[in-house]
Amino acid sequence: MRHVALTVNGALHEVDVEPRELLVYVLRERLGLTGTNVGCDTSSCGSCTVLVNGESVKSCTMLGVQADGMEVTTIEGLAVNGELHPVQQAFHDHHALQCGFCTPGMVLAAASLIEHGEATSRAAIREGLEGNLCRCTGYHNIVEAVAEVAGVTS
Amino acid sequence: MSATAIGTSVKRKEDASLLRGQGTYVENLTLPGTVFMAIVRSPYPHARITSVNLDRAKAAEGVVAAFSGADLADEWAGSLPCAWVVTEDTKTPPHYPLAVDEARYQGDPVAVVVAESRALAKDAAELVEVVYEQLPSVADVEKALGDDAPLVHSELATNECYVWKLESEGGVDDAIAAADVVVTRHYRQPRLIPNAIEPRGVMAQVGPTGEATLWSATQTPHILRFALQLVLGIPESKIRVIAPDVGGGFGSKLQIYGEGPLAIVLSRRLGRPVKWIEERSENYVGTIHGRDVVHELTFAATKDGKITAVKSEAWCAMGAYLELVTPGIPLLGAWLYSGPYDIPHYSVTFTGVFTHTTPTDAYRGAGRPEATYVLERTMDALAGELRMDSVELRRRNFVKEFPHTMASGLTIDSGDYEASLDKLLERLDLDAIRAEQAKRRESGDPKQLGVGFSTYNEMCGLAPSRILGAIRYAVGGWDSATIRFQPLGSVQVVVGTSPHGQSHETTFAQVVADRLGVDVDDVEVLHGDTAVSQLGMDTYGSRSLSVGGIALYNASEKVIAKARAIVAHQLEVSEDDLVFANGTFSVKGSPDRSMDIKAVAFQAHAAHNLPDGMEPGLEETATYDPANFSWPGGAHAAVVEVDTETGDTRLVRYVAVDDVGTAVNPQIVDGQVHGGITQGVAAALFEEGAYDEDGNLLTTTMATYLVPSPAEVPSYETDRTETAGDNPLGVKGVGETGTIAAAPAVINAVVDALSHLGVTDIGLPATPERVWRAIEEVRT
Repeated sequence: MRHVALTVNGALHEVDVEPRELLVYVLRERLGLTGTNVGCDTSSCGSCTVLVNGESVKSCTMLGVQADGMEVTTIEGLAVNGELHPVQQAFHDHHALQCGFCTPGMVLAAASLIEHGEATSRAAIREGLEGNLCRCTGYHNIVEAVAEVAGVTS
Repeated sequence: MSATAIGTSVKRKEDASLLRGQGTYVENLTLPGTVFMAIVRSPYPHARITSVNLDRAKAAEGVVAAFSGADLADEWAGSLPCAWVVTEDTKTPPHYPLAVDEARYQGDPVAVVVAESRALAKDAAELVEVVYEQLPSVADVEKALGDDAPLVHSELATNECYVWKLESEGGVDDAIAAADVVVTRHYRQPRLIPNAIEPRGVMAQVGPTGEATLWSATQTPHILRFALQLVLGIPESKIRVIAPDVGGGFGSKLQIYGEGPLAIVLSRRLGRPVKWIEERSENYVGTIHGRDVVHELTFAATKDGKITAVKSEAWCAMGAYLELVTPGIPLLGAWLYSGPYDIPHYSVTFTGVFTHTTPTDAYRGAGRPEATYVLERTMDALAGELRMDSVELRRRNFVKEFPHTMASGLTIDSGDYEASLDKLLERLDLDAIRAEQAKRRESGDPKQLGVGFSTYNEMCGLAPSRILGAIRYAVGGWDSATIRFQPLGSVQVVVGTSPHGQSHETTFAQVVADRLGVDVDDVEVLHGDTAVSQLGMDTYGSRSLSVGGIALYNASEKVIAKARAIVAHQLEVSEDDLVFANGTFSVKGSPDRSMDIKAVAFQAHAAHNLPDGMEPGLEETATYDPANFSWPGGAHAAVVEVDTETGDTRLVRYVAVDDVGTAVNPQIVDGQVHGGITQGVAAALFEEGAYDEDGNLLTTTMATYLVPSPAEVPSYETDRTETAGDNPLGVKGVGETGTIAAAPAVINAVVDALSHLGVTDIGLPATPERVWRAIEEVRT
């Protein structure tokens, strides 16, 4: 076991983790933050996307020990005082989720894309989210939701 | 919100928890003391299990127990059931949660390990020593029917599971012999792997008196409960199945997989809750696949393009075992080989074939995409043969009067295929596309343009119980709904359907709000827990609104009738003198004498002043068994750009005009269409579950099987026409339309882009390599 201190959604957590333990399982099983879902075992689906020091990261591609000293944002930390983040709100308004399983990762990936100024067109949004798979929506409404928040018209 | 609730894009009730990461997916539920299960699966497509040594696994850290198939063989009261034995002599080989003597596909479960954590269970599973003797195997349906083919179930002495036929009266072969033009085409539709983004999962808890609770990522909690009695011998009355939030299904979660009964048995033995969560790579071999069908389709037609006969023969992979409805999947398409066209002579034959592969079963559309694909591809082939515009050929053959009884025997209640096609053409601007295509052809542009059509219908709303009985499905196709007014006027609705992304909580609340004149926010829809919802047939086959929604409508009529009797009694008027609108009963001619339905609910509970003999409370249940399937239809068009130098194909536009009857929530309907189209486009361009000839799966992860990302597909243009379905809401069903229509539209477009080069067909999926080879073949 290795001792790790990481800040998740603004709160400092000190936990003992196995060296082989993926960040996503540290979040889910040690910290009880089950909003981050696991959809594959090849880092293909993006369901487990979180923000690490502000960058979108598939939390199955990172070991828990690597998150020592870092700041992590999960879907549970996105709404502020119960108020949905603009991307969450836009997903609601545009019906950009159906079963909801990919949604936490998709929302965080989209928020990061917008934050980095990379959501400059619908085509750029599609390219930017290519690491996140959704089987329900066909992406149409996800792209519309992200475009609205990013102020994209093309 | 009341009278306008139907037809309004009410924002979803489901989103509040899902957007905040508060979904209750099975993976997120863990009871105190839970232990975790890992499955050992056969790495070989076919092997004798010589021995299973569990010693090292049992000695590993954290391991609680480990069992081979033989260890648990006495636990099973029955085989994992197949509910659709399509002919009297269909072969139904037994299928148990763990194989005992022989593994019959790569991924067949052979042993189970239980440990204190998922990771420890998985570590220990790798220590189980199974000695296998590899046996010959076969993965291809045509080869599996060969004389010397290895047998999947040697006791059957054949790999043929069944042969099923449907023929119209009066000689299809004669019609073909007499025709001006005959076109025969062959098609191979590969395996598709459903890939719900949430893998499967179960958690079981068995109490001290044997009562069992199973949390399962399932589409079908009621059917699962029924089947668990058959497999385990526990009476259904002691079984509770809970489908919490379920992360997509597409048919793959309507099965009775072995892991559920296994978890219950192990929980009973160990006295602890037992949980299992599928890994994605496990999902690729351990969860059902779809399609894998070979077709020969023949059209007969007059020289002016009137189709006189359709004859289809298909060889359909069952995989190694029959899952819940495996043999019946082709039958769901059996009446669709004439689609929206009026074709007087009709013949369909299916041969079900066992292969050493993962079992097949329902995948979005289930039988209907298979039929529609070969039909719509052959429409284009016939148009080519006749040198006729393919749109004109379709128009010439449309069914135009409804109801229409088809040569195949079923009756289409409603539709207007021309209206959909007209609207599609209006949006498409075909002339401009053809002009651009001509320009590129003339200039020899390496990027060629193609446009493809698919005019389709489908039968859904599964299903009329009498018809199901006639085609040998084991149970019925009705559904149920309960509406329960609480004393202070809020409403609980309990439904027998079980959503996993379809938005029932919102759509059904709209139906009730519309009927009863209450606010959508005052209606809570409960589902997916057999302790709450006792009666139901669950969610698949685009049935929830067109069957369950009608049960809900009928329950609302019963509620209104009872409320009307109470109001008439209390206001001392005749029931006939009462008008019910916007949630209020008022006396005709004196609108000031009125009672709000919430007040009626309170009176019904207080029971101070009810008509003699009336039971207190305001709660009604209705079950609804449809008299017919529902028949959505429409017209889709795809525009593709094909790079003739690399074979790379891009879908540049997709336009869909669908008639799904009444759209209760247009935004949700569009969402279903978008998702459906994407799975059809994926089947056309990207997805193929590929086996080598022995049955080793080659596409075992999301890294090798191309589930499209947002970068691979465009935004869609959707529109609707509307004819009322034959039910009180006028609804039809929308979950599968896009998937059924899209694949042939896209392939028709790819072939159209290359037709001037002489290309007449492209295999599925139209990968760059396949497209490039098709071009090279006609060049040389």
